[in-house]
Amino acid sequence: MELPVKTFRVTRADLVRYAGASGDFNPIHWSDRVATKVGLPGVIAHGMFTMALVGRAVAEWAGAPDAVVEYGVRFTRPVVVPDDDQGTEIEVTAKVREVTEDGLTRLDVTATCLGEKVVSQARATIRTAS
Amino acid sequence: MSLDPSFVGRTYPPTAPYQVGREKIREFATAIGATDAAHHDPVAAQALGHPDVVAPPTFPVIVTMAASRQIIEDPALGVDYSRLVHGDQRFAYTRPVVAGDELVCTNTIEDVSNRGGHGFLTTRTDVSTVAGEPVVAVWARYVIRGEG
Repeated sequence: MELPVKTFRVTRADLVRYAGASGDFNPIHWSDRVATKVGLPGVIAHGMFTMALVGRAVAEWAGAPDAVVEYGVRFTRPVVVPDDDQGTEIEVTAKVREVTEDGLTRLDVTATCLGEKVVSQARATIRTAS
Repeated sequence: MSLDPSFVGRTYPPTAPYQVGREKIREFATAIGATDAAHHDPVAAQALGHPDVVAPPTFPVIVTMAASRQIIEDPALGVDYSRLVHGDQRFAYTRPVVAGDELVCTNTIEDVSNRGGHGFLTTRTDVSTVAGEPVVAVWARYVIRGEG
């Protein structure tokens, strides 16, 4: 079963806010100068910010903020965030892989940005809504 | 410089307790756009059976990333931080983190390997309360890119 697609807009302001909230001040997430110096096309989103947005999608599908039992991703490609008002967009989709008899639902999750996968092997286990 | 595989299985001493604040959970939830009332309103969290506001699933990374410096900055292991790329991240929860938790991290090196000029490091962080109640186990896999 496919779950409804969720999209998240990501701007530079979001990265600054996430840096402050998470304590991850790596300059590749806010300085084009530093990002390009290490070979990136420009400022990229924190992998953990992308993972947090995907986690939001999972919690929303679960219908409860405390339903996630297990959650993992592999980061495959950076999310480049241009310095404009539009930023970029991450699209999150999921399929139900399994519903277990002990009340768990396993999801296979996909997140893409500009049509390219930004995470792979993204899996979440949630408590099945009763 | 390659990583020393003899570090596999090494466990580090528990970190100093991290006090999870209600405002920190609200700030983190706001930063990721998580608007569910249970992240912001203690009454809504209590209605779900929690003592105080509930942290979003990736919140523990605030605690574990700080704790993982124990490993990443261990001079004997020799990780070059400027070449470190976050490869994988996984959480397995016993229960969600809630405001008021005092969390202690115990880091273990689960895997070290070197392939194709790159180093690979997998860490496991067991996050528990100061009283010893397990809360979440967190795995991270890092790639230390080779030179050239």
